[in-house]
Amino acid sequence: MGDNLISVNNVSVNFDYQENFISKKQKIHAVNNINIKIKKGSFFGLVGESGSGKTTLGRAILGANKISSGNVIFHDDERDYDLTDMNKQDLKEYRKKAQLIFQDPYAALSPRMTVRDIIAEPLEVMRITSSRQETDERVRDIAAKCRLNIEHLRRFPHAFSGGQRQRISIARALVSNPKFIVADESVAALDVSIQADILNLLKQLQTELNLTYLFISHDLSVVAHVCDVVAVMYLGHIVEMGPSRELFKNPKHSYTKALLSSIPSIDPEKRSEAIELKGEIPSALNPPPGCVFRTRCPNPGVDCKGGEIKMGLIEVEPGHWVDQCCAL
Amino acid sequence: MSHLLEVKNLDVKFDTDEGRITAVENISLSVDQGEVLGIVGESGSGKSVTAKSIMKLNPGNTSYNEDAEIILDNENVLQFTSKQDLKKIRGGKVSMIFQEPMASFAPAIKIGAQMVEQLLIHKDINKHEAKSISINMLKRVGIADAEKRFNQYAFELSGGMRQRAMIAMALSTMPKLLLADEPTTALDVTIQAQVINLIKDIIKEYQMGVIFITHDLGVIAQVADHVAVMYLGSVVEKGPVNEILKNPKHPYTKGLLQALPDINNLDAPLSPIPGNIPSPLDRPTGCVFRTRCPHHNPEGKDGKIEMKLIEVKPGHWVDQCGIKCGQNG
Ligand SMILES: Nc1ncnc2c1ncn2[C@@H]1O[C@H](COP(=O)(O)OP(=O)(O)O)[C@@H](O)[C@H]1O
Ligand SMILES: Nc1ncnc2c1ncn2[C@@H]1O[C@H](COP(=O)(O)OP(=O)(O)O)[C@@H](O)[C@H]1O
Ligand code: SF4
Ligand code: SF4
Ligand SMILES: [Mg+2]
Ligand SMILES: [Mg+2]
Repeated sequence: MGDNLISVNNVSVNFDYQENFISKKQKIHAVNNINIKIKKGSFFGLVGESGSGKTTLGRAILGANKISSGNVIFHDDERDYDLTDMNKQDLKEYRKKAQLIFQDPYAALSPRMTVRDIIAEPLEVMRITSSRQETDERVRDIAAKCRLNIEHLRRFPHAFSGGQRQRISIARALVSNPKFIVADESVAALDVSIQADILNLLKQLQTELNLTYLFISHDLSVVAHVCDVVAVMYLGHIVEMGPSRELFKNPKHSYTKALLSSIPSIDPEKRSEAIELKGEIPSALNPPPGCVFRTRCPNPGVDCKGGEIKMGLIEVEPGHWVDQCCAL
Repeated sequence: MSHLLEVKNLDVKFDTDEGRITAVENISLSVDQGEVLGIVGESGSGKSVTAKSIMKLNPGNTSYNEDAEIILDNENVLQFTSKQDLKKIRGGKVSMIFQEPMASFAPAIKIGAQMVEQLLIHKDINKHEAKSISINMLKRVGIADAEKRFNQYAFELSGGMRQRAMIAMALSTMPKLLLADEPTTALDVTIQAQVINLIKDIIKEYQMGVIFITHDLGVIAQVADHVAVMYLGSVVEKGPVNEILKNPKHPYTKGLLQALPDINNLDAPLSPIPGNIPSPLDRPTGCVFRTRCPHHNPEGKDGKIEMKLIEVKPGHWVDQCGIKCGQNG
């Protein structure tokens, strides 16, 4: 498996859904038959509108969501972990190696925890350190790497700015010395200047600590800037995937093209070139048969409209994969 | 020619437990009929406070300066105190839309009932007419099954539909001025593009004036005719949108542009503006941007420069310090 850190093989995640106790049970098809390989040291981007399944896939890879079918393999130096077949000990080990950066840890934590406690918690919960002194050392070390002021460790985070809170969140994710990080909308709520700062920090930490990222975002401009590989998701499916530059320069799938054209251009002379997508992403309870995008596709073919096309990625250029129906 | 809206020398201060803070200082803006003024700046720069002042919606701890004027349709809104007058600027001549549409709708009242009630307050019409105006407006903003939606609650609609319903409600009274406070910030780019196109069509059709607040310069480039860049309560630069985005003069405007990831220029590094926005309690004297400005001008850095906009090209105004210090590298 050499250069890959993560292999996602035919992964689907369904949720049970029942509107009320007399209605019939249904399935939410949140993630459908996904195949991706995440190379060691890569900044892997996952984009798509809300509801496309990005968070669910990220959580599945972290072992935080059950996988309905398929498997996820984490290729560690010494051995492989199969997430669908792990005992308690394995899961414990895996939790140290694969971590999530919360969008706002403060929202999820007790307001009575100091910054130090927030960062230290994973060490304590996973029993990684054996003394308070060791914990404090690691907290200080990672806080410094995340450019947090050591003086601030004793404070409570409520008074901190969005950027500082995001650094706390990053420090907390990195304190267990993980290899793989899922950053789910980590910069979505930040002002551009702070966003730039956090993105630069993530890049720098990647080199410094040999990290591999799964970077989830609905902002294509951000993804284009930081990611080396990008997968575009729609309604549970990856519809296109490839090296970031290639994908953004030469998008093949109608959905990728529409997404790209919807980014508001900073040039006031380039107005209304957006391929306007009508309507909204359909419910994952009843995804359209055939190509999932066909209800909004600006230029569906005859086969697509009838729902007669089968989805599946094909490689159109080395490393550039496109759903077969749109590839041709 | 007189403007639809003219804000002159407005200060907005709040009395808080920690002291009196200056949220907006000495800003002057104007909007004409059929024109979109964009206001851009990081969070906390005073964009929402400015918009709320126009409807006198700031809370009880607010004070405005004596010599400020907010002239709408030849009347000074800041002098309004009677219910009758305030009605004019709250849903009559002025309407507001928000990032979160639920801020506009009472959760337990049906969308249609709220629209009708609002129309009956502001227009001399009967219930029946109000209903038909409401349904037509829901249709106009692209809501399918308008009759059905009229009888639904806001929470029953999808995010994009709710945004449209809020716009329909804001427009149904035919305001002369629409205040749009980050109306697309929480939306996916695809839905954002729909909402932007809708707002642009409607402005053209009804010839309203619009203040469009956002922290996204791309959105500004797409919707605004003029733009004002705000930092810590001050307008540091303003002018025609093309001019400001292509030929920015103030170090803060330049900083915002350099921090922005541009999909058409992937090789450009993302350069954050150094430092943090100071708390409005520690608002710097002199040039408000001096604690973060990359330029070195002793006068500016010492707080000895007085803020004042200067017209550098017809319609393009820049804070005077931004020009002077900017030249020093
Ligand atoms: N725990 C859950 N239970 C039921 N449905 C869920 C759950 N988590 C996510 N979903 C559904 O799965 C789909 C994908 O959601 P999500 O992964 O959050 O998308 P994204 O992160 O791209 O916005 C949505 O239809 C969502 O409502
Ligand atoms: N009612 C209030 N009392 C005290 N401070 C306020 C009040 N409303 C706003 N502020 C402060 O005024 C400043 C400007 O706020 P705002 O206009 O909301 O910024 P923006 O919309 O640009 O993000 C902020 O520092 C904010 O905390
Ligand atoms: S398969 Fe057809 S409907 Fe689907 S995206 Fe391609 S062209 Fe559109
Ligand atoms: S006065 Fe000096 S410090 Fe302030 S913006 Fe201008 S250049 Fe910067
Ligand atoms: Mg998500
Ligand atoms: Mg605001």
